Amino acid sequence: MPYRHTLDHRNWVFADLREVLAKASPARSGDQLAGLAAESAVERMAARMCLAELPLARFLEEALIPYEDDEVTRLIIDGHDPAAFAPVAHLTVGDFRDWLLSDHADEAALAALRPGITPEMAAAVSKLMRNQDLVRVAQKCRVITRFRNTIGLPGRLSVRLQPNHPTDDARGIAAAIVDGLLYGAGDAVIGINPASDSLPALTRLVRMLDEIIDRLALPTQSCVLTHVTNTVQMIEQGAPVDLVFQSVAGTQAANAAFGISLATLREAREAALSLKRGSLGDNLMYFETGQGSALSADAHHGVDQQTCEARAYAVAREFKPLLTNTVVGFIGPEYLYDGKQILRAGLEDHFCGKLLGLPLGCDVCYTNHAEADQDDMDSLLTLLGVAGINFIMGVPGADDIMLNYQSTSFHDGLYLRQALGLRRAPEFEDWLQRMQLVDEAGHALPLSPAHPALGTLRRLALPA
Amino acid sequence: MKKRTPPPADAAPSAAGTAAPGAIDADPWTDLRRYTAARLALGRAGASLPTAEVLRFGLAHAKARDAVHLALDAGALQAALAADGCATLRAHSAAADRGSYLARPDLGRKLAADSAAALRAQAGPAGCDLLLVIGDGLSSLAVERNARALVAEIRRGLPAGWTLGPVVVATQARVALADEIGQALGARLVAMLIGERPGLSSPDSLGLYLTWAPRPGRSDAQRNCISNIRPEGLGHAEAARRLWWLCLEARRLGLTGVALKDNSEGALPGAGTPLALPAAASAPDTGTQDKP
Repeated sequence: MPYRHTLDHRNWVFADLREVLAKASPARSGDQLAGLAAESAVERMAARMCLAELPLARFLEEALIPYEDDEVTRLIIDGHDPAAFAPVAHLTVGDFRDWLLSDHADEAALAALRPGITPEMAAAVSKLMRNQDLVRVAQKCRVITRFRNTIGLPGRLSVRLQPNHPTDDARGIAAAIVDGLLYGAGDAVIGINPASDSLPALTRLVRMLDEIIDRLALPTQSCVLTHVTNTVQMIEQGAPVDLVFQSVAGTQAANAAFGISLATLREAREAALSLKRGSLGDNLMYFETGQGSALSADAHHGVDQQTCEARAYAVAREFKPLLTNTVVGFIGPEYLYDGKQILRAGLEDHFCGKLLGLPLGCDVCYTNHAEADQDDMDSLLTLLGVAGINFIMGVPGADDIMLNYQSTSFHDGLYLRQALGLRRAPEFEDWLQRMQLVDEAGHALPLSPAHPALGTLRRLALPA
Repeated sequence: MKKRTPPPADAAPSAAGTAAPGAIDADPWTDLRRYTAARLALGRAGASLPTAEVLRFGLAHAKARDAVHLALDAGALQAALAADGCATLRAHSAAADRGSYLARPDLGRKLAADSAAALRAQAGPAGCDLLLVIGDGLSSLAVERNARALVAEIRRGLPAGWTLGPVVVATQARVALADEIGQALGARLVAMLIGERPGLSSPDSLGLYLTWAPRPGRSDAQRNCISNIRPEGLGHAEAARRLWWLCLEARRLGLTGVALKDNSEGALPGAGTPLALPAAASAPDTGTQDKP
């Protein structure tokens, strides 16, 4: 069904809801690549004004990707809770923005709303929001998850320690873990992106992380970020798997290009649950997402990349993850061209994820073929810190020598803590205090060569 | 106004070697750097990086940025391969220049019309078991430094009864360009050797993507990848050995991709570090957004 909006005597027509959403999106290279973007700045505003007047309920009536064709659509429609939706069911998209910013939308109201909000509604309202709106509303959403510690509490920020090595060298990885722990990073997860896809090599990494966590009595969890089917095989072979990782996307076809379906994820989660390795909770899935993945798999069905991304969050939230993060600048300039587009996308993703009830973190990152640099990352990092991001990455010196991109560093984590007064997951912070690595306020202490923690960590994995 | 006092003569050198004494907290674990090229033990100025590291990082970024835009000298590469006794062909994607290559990955995945016609005209009737395509990807430096040596190792390892096609040198290429090239030349398997995204510490890393029964429309889940091929990463001989292991498995199973699990380490006692992933994101492709 076509949608219309008249502006200055000109009648703008949009063929369907997908087109309204795509043309209302802030400009980005991926939508231009897909041929979906507004062709002028005025057309973009016409689409936004048209979108602002649409009832939220319209998104329950017109599926962007047909129900019959796509299991993600079925998941969204079948899982929608009309009772939770009731408080906002009468609103237009524009009114919904106002409501979200108002004092009516407090933490409790936003939590209760989650099952009533579809990804398309979240994406739609985000397109009418300025960056400060995305920050402010996300700040009011709280999503707390637990496995061996507690992530997402107010005033807290967690860091994934990402000790990647280009050949999965055990000592190289251990050295980066030691560096990260001495900088107080690792409360979100110690998560390795393996270079290898070989099961024996992956299993060695899983066992190594398990041993480190066990011997240090570290209140955190491990993850080797390999394909979910590899992880299931490792579980079947008795490997000590904490978290199950998978990249997910917002359409069935894009997930198929990743080699997964909802059933694959369900089976993997059940396999990992059977190990009962979480001491505080059973959130044990770890998902990564990112705008542009559906388009790059030629599986976007004419839906703009930010809406596709929000649909990926419907996939993620079905499996009660411990962690979910957008890898916002990783995909490259053909999807997010420069620092401005990466920054906007990072804030959109965080807002949509939190509104839908996900423990969202962000890999604040860029590649060397994008028009971005460290200054852009500092801006996004700071804004996400203000917005209450659950976790960020910690890579030695921000330079991932395995994946060849720049993420955030252990130093960046310390910067954000200092600038905004953010503390670590409480169980992890207690451990750091016991190790005399931070003071009572959580500030990193200077380390002398004779510091006992240094000796403990060295002996752990790095024979002299 | 505060004045900086001169350092005492016996002051210990700071982490950066140049800063005001006391401004930098050095990290007493710099010895761990011998285990990894990662930027460890950088020290802190407050919570932040010392000036020397900020500058070192900025220079590395500048070099990587420049590497993205350096054009591949395809003629020189063909001449070198010919000197090694390799027949070669040229191909060009539909991306006319670097700008459109970066902005339009779809163009980098398909052949320019004249290039497609020329390849079809040169196809032999019998096709080949394995076709090697060398693509510039995002780092021509990776191709210049690694492609010739890797091709030599692959040819050295050719199993009995297998046929190799001519080596195709493709410019403004993305991974999936090999699908169309492989189909045009009747290849049962195609391996794309392509310059990966240049990293700060490795602007010259080559990736290899193997695809069974290549044709346009193959997805990343249908490929196997061997990444980080360079002397400081995965050596050329080991990469070639890994490739042939995957090729034999691909022929046995009639497929590549996530269903072809890389157990090559077990099958090859004494093999070095394995490095095969399912088609992944570090390459100039298509791209999955995930960190594989």
